[in-house]
Amino acid sequence: MLDHRQISVLLGTLALALWPLVTGNFGVDLVAKTMIYAIVALSLELLVGTTGLVCFGQAAFFGLAGYAAVKLSPEGASASLLWLLPASMAVAAAYALFMGALSLRTRGVYFIMVTLAFAQMAYYVVHDTPLGGGTDGIYLYVKPVLALGNVTLLDLERPLTMYYVVLGCLVAVFAALALLARSRFGRALAGIKANEQRMRAAGYSTYPYKLAAFAISGAIAGVGGFLFAVKDGFVNPELLSWHLSGAVLIMIILGGLGHLRGAVLGAFAFALLQELFKSEAIFGPFAKHWLLGLGLTIIASVAWLPHGLIGIADSWQRRARRAAVVGVS
Amino acid sequence: MTLSWFLVQCLNSLQYGLLLFLVASGLTLIFGIMGVINLAHGSFYMIGAYMAYALAPLVNATLGGGFFTTLMIGLVLAVALGYVLEWAFFSFLYEREHLQQVLMTYGLILVFEELRSILVGDDVHGVAPPPWLAGSVPLGDLMTYPVYNLFISAVCLLLALGMWFVLARTRLGMTIRAGSTNREMVQSLGIDIQFLYRVVFAAGVALAVLAGMVAAPASSVYPGMGNQVLIICFVVVVIGGIGSIRGALLAALLIGFVDTFGKVLFQQAAGVLVYVLMALILLWKPDGLFKAS
Repeated sequence: MLDHRQISVLLGTLALALWPLVTGNFGVDLVAKTMIYAIVALSLELLVGTTGLVCFGQAAFFGLAGYAAVKLSPEGASASLLWLLPASMAVAAAYALFMGALSLRTRGVYFIMVTLAFAQMAYYVVHDTPLGGGTDGIYLYVKPVLALGNVTLLDLERPLTMYYVVLGCLVAVFAALALLARSRFGRALAGIKANEQRMRAAGYSTYPYKLAAFAISGAIAGVGGFLFAVKDGFVNPELLSWHLSGAVLIMIILGGLGHLRGAVLGAFAFALLQELFKSEAIFGPFAKHWLLGLGLTIIASVAWLPHGLIGIADSWQRRARRAAVVGVS
Repeated sequence: MTLSWFLVQCLNSLQYGLLLFLVASGLTLIFGIMGVINLAHGSFYMIGAYMAYALAPLVNATLGGGFFTTLMIGLVLAVALGYVLEWAFFSFLYEREHLQQVLMTYGLILVFEELRSILVGDDVHGVAPPPWLAGSVPLGDLMTYPVYNLFISAVCLLLALGMWFVLARTRLGMTIRAGSTNREMVQSLGIDIQFLYRVVFAAGVALAVLAGMVAAPASSVYPGMGNQVLIICFVVVVIGGIGSIRGALLAALLIGFVDTFGKVLFQQAAGVLVYVLMALILLWKPDGLFKAS
């Protein structure tokens, strides 16, 4: 018997799989992009929601993996997905290890500022040094493929293939994180969030656990960065901008902290809000000031929706159950 | 590399560092006393710079001009802005988690930035320094140094001294220091902590706005200028130690020198150097140079 959470996840996956049948190129591209953000939101959920570490630097892992995907691709030939994806993830995880090792020495509000500052450091590395191609960024001319012998299984040049690869990655990441939450390691992370002192007293050395969570989170954000770079065919320093870190943080809060479904829901809600406020049909000339609407929504949701969208569903359920109990008695 | 070249770079470093101190001290004060992390603090710097740009013609037309008149009007507006913002947005953040403070103030950044775009547009502007500060002084045989930049350093130094005096020597400063160590105790002694918070917040906003207004003639006024300052100010606060004004001063000067000399000596790594400095200090002292207890 499936409970309502598993049913909602299955239905969501089904809807995403069928989406390209009912929409055109724009819809496919938009949802593919949103799913990529959902992957990054899931990676941040592991740090913020599961472990209780408020990291404001997720864009660094995302962007560095994107740059790695472009820089490591051979010129004029397509790379194999089999090694390019793990390599890009490794670059992101390596920076996450560096960032985690230093910022985990601090806590609380310090931690937020330090992660933000280290993400900004990565931004300046790709922005200022000759490595990154400056403000204009760099192009990926030939996209990677998955080939077996001479048979090309997946050619990411095709938008539809790209869409299903992104969906596959999202499902894989979701499943991996759900399994991780049930493992001994996941329980330890939840324990650190609830009470780190007590975890230490129980004999856990918490630092390595938190550092491992950082590396895993970095690698997952790296999947997102890789997919983004391959989908669009170019990278620029804006991928590492702190506004992206802020946006991803908003996604997981908007969806509901502490739930994997919340992260995905939040990514879609955020994309929807963005499209809404950017729509010239509704807001006319104010559509170019769409960030104003977004900012006000963020403020309102902090003030009135501290448990996110998942929280609304939960409170409805509780109310429905209470109504049912009252009805019976 | 001559002596006068070195001197000019030192003066630039000093000016940049002192300006950073002005913004960062507000940030660290607000955090130290109210426990609120305020991402929108950089926006106040931006608002100050745009005020200098937008107010000057208005003041010229109505009051017959005057650089100091503009500064004073800006200061009054800044205090009012800080007072209202504390009342409307910050007063219910004190009991919330840092995460929610981060989000709320991030939302405020977007709002301020877009309001600026609607009111003044997205163009880059220059602001002329007042005529009596417009010249430059010769340094050595070939170099000159603008008088206005010396003026910035002087204003910042005066404000830093003033801040030290208020915090260390007055009754208000005493309550502020007490409030940052033990909130409940101060409250139970019959001090209106709500009012104290509002004063501190307004003062922090005023410092950032003033920094922006004073800096505007020396740099250009452009969209997003607040964000750049904000993140560097975080680095200042992390290096100096949260809540420590003394730490903020030292860290701001350190960053001023590292950044200025980095920009002229290693152009390609200039942006990164400040963060490398932060990484090194975190390795050595994770709580910053001066930890306020």
